[in-house]
Amino acid sequence: MVAQKTRVFTALVIVTNVVGNLLLSMGMRQVGSMLGRPPVAYIQALFHPLVAAGVALLIVWMISQMTLLSWADLSYVMPITSLGYVLAALAGRVFLNEQVTWQRWGGIGLIMFGVLLVSRTKPLTETRASSACP
Amino acid sequence: MSVKWLLVGIIVAATTVGYLFQALGMRQHGEVHEFHFGALRDLLSALASNRWIICSVLALAASFFSFMALLSVADLSFAVPATASSLVFETILARLVLKEAVDWKRWAGAGLVACGVALLA
Repeated sequence: MVAQKTRVFTALVIVTNVVGNLLLSMGMRQVGSMLGRPPVAYIQALFHPLVAAGVALLIVWMISQMTLLSWADLSYVMPITSLGYVLAALAGRVFLNEQVTWQRWGGIGLIMFGVLLVSRTKPLTETRASSACP
Repeated sequence: MSVKWLLVGIIVAATTVGYLFQALGMRQHGEVHEFHFGALRDLLSALASNRWIICSVLALAASFFSFMALLSVADLSFAVPATASSLVFETILARLVLKEAVDWKRWAGAGLVACGVALLA
């Protein structure tokens, strides 16, 4: 029912988002607290290798998400790609040694169930001029 | 803690508006059919002159720099889930502004994800 390209772009959106945020998080930890720093400090932070790699992946993420939105509903894309939050929590545990408590595991379970529900709806519900013919 | 939540609020508001504009822009652009390099270049140049997309990028840039600030003082496993509450607002706006047919599965799904987010945070 769900087209191949929807699956491919959904996977791309999720993976680039998770890995991009992971690299960004690792980079920002090395850069240190940004609170109270001048705007130029943010620009300087962008040149940190890990931050730059994270940003590059997040650019790919943004373009693939826009592509997906060109044929799929916002109310479909947003919950489905939130599977990335689950992966982010797991990535935080594996790569950054962050704690995942039982409460967080419960949250992960609820998110996955929510994603499952939305994945059982059609990606496109409203009519668009460009999608009139299949 | 309050600085973190202030940043979360800014991120959620900017993200919600940013994605709404992005959806409006992509709807205006129409379905993307081709994925080779030349088509990608054409897509990017078309999007660079789309007003919805420009507004979307500005909102998402504001969200991004606030997110960078948040990551510098908070765990990734706090930052990402906490900002995910924007999902509920996006679903509401998808129904009201984009007129998408949001059925019970999507409302329940968005609600469950939001509850999951609350637990994660």
